[in-house]
Amino acid sequence: MAAAGSLTTSASTPAWARWANDHRKWLFAAPAMAFVAVLIIFPVGWTIYLSLTDAEGSVRAEKSFTGLGNYLDVLTDTARFWPAVLRTVEFTGVALFFEVVLGMVVALLLWRPFRGEKWVRVAILLPLVATPVAVGMMWRLIFDPNIGFANQMLGWVGIPPQPWLAGENSALMTTAFMDIWQWTPMVVLILLAGLTALPEEPNEAALVDGASAWQRFRYVTLPMLMPTVIVAILLRGIDAIKTFDILYATKGKGGGSYHEVETLNVYAYGLSFDYNEYGIASAVLIIFFLIIVGSMWALTARGKERY
Amino acid sequence: MGRRHTSYSVFRVVALAVVVVSLLAPLIWMLAASFKTNVDIYDSSKAVIFSPTLENYTKVLKQANYAQYIFNSFWVAFVSTTVSLLIGVPAAYSMSRFSMNRSALVVLMARVIPGVSLLVPWYYVFSNLHMVGGYTVLILSHMFVALPLVVYIMIGYFDGLPIELEESALVDGLTPIGAFRRITLPLSVPGIATAGILSFIFSWNNFMFALVLSGADTKTLPVAIFNFVGYASIDWGGLMAAATVVTLPIMVIALFTQKYIVSGLTAGATKG
Repeated sequence: MAAAGSLTTSASTPAWARWANDHRKWLFAAPAMAFVAVLIIFPVGWTIYLSLTDAEGSVRAEKSFTGLGNYLDVLTDTARFWPAVLRTVEFTGVALFFEVVLGMVVALLLWRPFRGEKWVRVAILLPLVATPVAVGMMWRLIFDPNIGFANQMLGWVGIPPQPWLAGENSALMTTAFMDIWQWTPMVVLILLAGLTALPEEPNEAALVDGASAWQRFRYVTLPMLMPTVIVAILLRGIDAIKTFDILYATKGKGGGSYHEVETLNVYAYGLSFDYNEYGIASAVLIIFFLIIVGSMWALTARGKERY
Repeated sequence: MGRRHTSYSVFRVVALAVVVVSLLAPLIWMLAASFKTNVDIYDSSKAVIFSPTLENYTKVLKQANYAQYIFNSFWVAFVSTTVSLLIGVPAAYSMSRFSMNRSALVVLMARVIPGVSLLVPWYYVFSNLHMVGGYTVLILSHMFVALPLVVYIMIGYFDGLPIELEESALVDGLTPIGAFRRITLPLSVPGIATAGILSFIFSWNNFMFALVLSGADTKTLPVAIFNFVGYASIDWGGLMAAATVVTLPIMVIALFTQKYIVSGLTAGATKG
């Protein structure tokens, strides 16, 4: 892959230019790498350090080293931490499941060209560029128990009004629904790109052999598309597990008064900036990060093994 | 066969109509509510037919200092995108041409790290430097999202550009940097546009960083909308107008740049 070396540089170029050309690999990469080192790697290191201290209150306050105490506190905290883990898994699992299934259905519907395709594509694009906080506010009005359109619609078919976001048990799934509305389009786009890149012949051969539409999907299209499906699950999963905007915008601090939508990210944010428990927050974040990396690793490892 | 084909076509039209309606209806509902008085919003008989009013918009734009927030959102998104392109494009070029896979991985890790875990140290450092509340901190924090995106999209783009073009430019007497500037960069305009548009949108939509790091004068639109919700009753009309003000510009941009957005969001999807 390496481009030609310095020998093509003519003798007339000034020395600094020749030096720049010879060292362009690192010269080009250096500013971005410096940014990453100073603003990402160093902060992550600091978070690890803070997680081992009792930092709290003010950022200027004295702090002392407490070893793994924070981690012990967090991992034995069944009041806030473990319920937050459970909610994170529930929210991510439900959102991801429906996004992938619905995304697959819509992508298959869009696969072959048709008239009016342009308009469907516009409709698919709009939710995913919409500002998540605004989306949260929009659904807040629609799901309002008293004046919302959702309960009005249920009324038409004779179903009693639901509490939606206001309900202790229904709030998390209502926010998952919002996530599904906003991000299924992203899965559609990724899967559609994958479908369009597939070769035609296997499907045609299966058709000649008399395979039904379902058989062709299950035994021809899906296996070929599987790498793309895994990419879609990875990309969407990483973002879904870190969802913050719609949760905080619809339920506010602490994920609501009963912590109904307090996922790990919302919990870590609240510890940091609503309660200023920097040390414990950092421990939660490190554990959260390990959970994300762990599930990504498991997913790619299983994906590689099977496809 | 023929009949089955038509019945699928009918099913497909109906199914896609359902998809389009369920994606657009909530947005139209938000837009409609932004033109309703609060009395009409509470009246279910006025759901579809109502006399539109601009009252909510004038209230939001006048009272709440939204002109300033619109500028803040634009400025932070614009500068963080520009700087990310300036440092991200050359970096992606190096990573692609010299196969710097490990360096690329480090940059892309930024996509995985939860933003909160950076916010705590940033807040520590920048509040000690008395920089919290200024534009610089906001721009730097938004670059955390923009830069990895630019690098990710551009590595894919440069990987797809044939290296022979640069090699023949070297034969013609250009220096390697000259070949990058005069051959590769002009050919990369679609990729750069994709990366730029997407990072602008993600910065415009970003909420968490500005929630912590912005001050009263540097607040961005998502934070302003969030603060619009008071502790007492919600001014739904005003809230929907504010939500429309933040969402509409980005949707208009998206409509005109659809092709780039789709290619950016699906970058790397088919390589496996």
